[in-house]
This record gives sequence, structure tokens and C-alpha cells, in this order.
Amino acid sequence: MDWNVISKSIPLYWDAMLLTLKIGWIGVALATLIGLVSAVIIHFRIPVLSVIFKIYIEIFRNTPLLIQLFFLYFALPKIGIKISAEVCGWLGLGLLGGSYMSEAFRSGIEAIDIVQRESALSLGMTDFQVMIHIVLPQALSYSTPAFVANIIFLLKETSVFSAISLMDLMFRAKDLIGLYYNTAEYLALLVVFYLIILLPVSVLGTVLERRLRYASFGT
Amino acid sequence: MQALGLDVLFKGSNLLRLLGGLGKALEISLIAVALSLILGVLFGVLMTFRNPVIRALSRIYLEIVRIMPQMVLLFLVFFGTTRVFGWDLNAEAASVIVFAFWGTAEMGDLVRGAIISVPKHQYESAFALGMTKSQTYFTIIIPQAIRQLIPLSINLITRMIKTTSLVMMIGVVEVLKVSQQIIEANRMTSPNAAFGIYLTVFVLYFIACWPFSILAKHLERKWSN
Repeated sequence: MDWNVISKSIPLYWDAMLLTLKIGWIGVALATLIGLVSAVIIHFRIPVLSVIFKIYIEIFRNTPLLIQLFFLYFALPKIGIKISAEVCGWLGLGLLGGSYMSEAFRSGIEAIDIVQRESALSLGMTDFQVMIHIVLPQALSYSTPAFVANIIFLLKETSVFSAISLMDLMFRAKDLIGLYYNTAEYLALLVVFYLIILLPVSVLGTVLERRLRYASFGT
Repeated sequence: MQALGLDVLFKGSNLLRLLGGLGKALEISLIAVALSLILGVLFGVLMTFRNPVIRALSRIYLEIVRIMPQMVLLFLVFFGTTRVFGWDLNAEAASVIVFAFWGTAEMGDLVRGAIISVPKHQYESAFALGMTKSQTYFTIIIPQAIRQLIPLSINLITRMIKTTSLVMMIGVVEVLKVSQQIIEANRMTSPNAAFGIYLTVFVLYFIACWPFSILAKHLERKWSN
């Protein structure tokens, strides 16, 4: 290990990590939004929309992110839709994640006892109120393990962004290895920086799961 | 057709080359899947033991696999081992190692989950009926655990197939690499080839994974009580 090399390249990795974090978390936020909306729409069996969302989920769950990104970034410009690499990154991540999040939230919603819904309805709440005040809060606590697992999965998936020439951690590592051949140092830094991104999420997720388990009742 | 660049597919043996590339990716994933299923079952059974050393080691292994992106693992094995140990692994061997390493951990976790999900009273009732330990396991516990395990492991297989698309990044000539070659070769004659080719690859991957997903969903629904 050459510590000089390491200390010199830390700032480069830091910038790359910020980009990875930025795109990663925008993607996660988009995925959560898409997931929630589509889970609710599919749950209520809203005509047309629920079919569209079901098709979307099947397509994005069964294709790799790398291919989705290639399609967004290299293929769409040919039919006149130009999207910048960064937007492609979080859009792709959000679309992929949305399909996974939707499944996670839906299983949470389905886990809520029908009694809860019926009691709320008999108290005169509307369908929408029941969803917002009764079903979703409980469903979210049920879906937490899957939700956290999906966040980790999505943040890990950011490593393919280098394929569409985003200067993320992977890109930086590959670039530096090619330039200076200090493979061991650059790979070690790569591992350390991914740990910085993912370890807090993993630890927080475990804590959150333990806390929220108390929230689920009625079983 | 021309404008969408689909015509390139039917030039020469382009479609066959694409399918060959997909074959390469599937080959790597199938070898890795086979290894992971076998090693994963062993690892899963190992994880149910109460030995603290085994527990700690398997916990560390699981956490590493869960936190490190597969791409980083690929780089570590492909570039790292050459540098540190002087091994000359080819890219395909490196990818099989990485995906089997990853798949074993995931499979092991599924197996562990399936085993401990069988309620304790099932064991106790079987023993109370005078069954021996091996009878209990083979006729009572394992059939129930397998019902839970199979849909989940089919899902894992589709995930592994999808993840093998990464091997292109360490230079395996699979479907994406072939696509790039075809697109480059036809740059002048059909500038829109990128659309047609990448659309085809998208559809090919979907066709490779979708049947598995449907099967998993079907089995899950059929066996859930």
C-alpha cells in the first residue's frame, strides 16, 4: 500500500461519492414515490391505470438496470428523445426501484387485516381517508424490511452508472487504475467509499426495523 | 424499419450473434446459479447451527455480500487478484466466482429462513408420534421448508440472470458487447442501429427472465395457505 497515492486520490473519490450519493438518493426518492402511487392504484384496481402500472412493473422487474440505462441513454436519442447522463441515471434507478417498491408496499397493504378497513368504513371514513389514516401507516411498518432492502439494492445498483459515462466511484476507480496502475490502493479506496455510502443505511435499517416492529399490531 | 434501426438485425448473422452473446451471459449465470444452489443449501444449514464461531463468520460473510455492489466484487476479483496474488484469471472465471460467492450467501439466507420458519410444534409433534430424527426431517420439516424455498430461489435465479449483464464491464463478450460491435460496424449504413439493437436486447432479457418470475409467482400463490 502506498499511502501517498491514497491520500492524494481521496478528494477525487470524495467528489465521485457525492455524485453517486446525489443520483442514488434522487433515484430512491423517485422510486418510493412511484412505488407508493402504483401500489395504491393497483390496490384500488383503478381501471386502465392499474393495468398500465402492472405492465410497467413486469417490464422493469425483469430487465437489468444496465440494459435500461443503455436504452435510455443510447437508444432513445435515435428517436429524438435526448436525456442527459445524470437524468438517465436517476430516472433509470427510479423506474427500476419503483417496480420493486410497488411490490413491497403492496404486500404491506395486503397484510392489513380486513377488519381494520371495515371498522374504519363503518365509522364513516371515506375510502381515501381509510387509506391515508388507517391502512398506509400500518402497511408502511410492515413493508419496512423490504423497503430498506430495496434502498440498499438501489444504492448498490448505482455502480453501473459508469457504463453511461457518469463520473461515479466505479468510473473513478477504473480511470485511476488505467492511468497509474496502483490497482490495490484504488480498489481498497473503492471498497472504503462504498462502505461509507452503504454501512449507515444498513445499520439504520436494522434499528428502524426493530423500532417499527412494535407498530404492527392486531395480529 | 430503417428509421428505427431494426433492419440491422437481419443483416448478415447479426441476430445470431446477439443470441450467441445472450447465450454467453446465460451460460455464466447458469454455472453460477448451479454452484450457488448447492453451496447455498450447505451454507444455509450451517447457519442454523448454534456454534458462535460459525454464526459470527457467516454473519460477516452475509454482510459483505449484502453491502458490496456486485460490480465492486467483480473488480476486486478480476483486477485485484491479478495485482495482489499474480493470478491470471480470465474474465469469465472471475465472473463465475463472484456470482457464485454472492449467490451462495443469498441462497444460504433463504435456506436458513425456510428452515427456521417451520414452527417448533411440528418437530415436537413428530417426535411425540415416535418418529426418529431423520424421519422427522425428511418427511415433515424439509417438505414444508422447500415449499417456502422454491419460489424465493426462483426469484434469486432471475436476479442472478439480470446481474450477469455486468460482466460486460470487465470485458466478457456477451450480448451488450456484441450489440456495441454491431452498432459500431453499421454506423455509416444505419445510424439508428442503436435503437433497434438495444430494444432487442431489452426484449431478449425480458424473455429470459419473465417466465421465471411468472413461475415463482404461480408457485407462491399455489402453496400459500
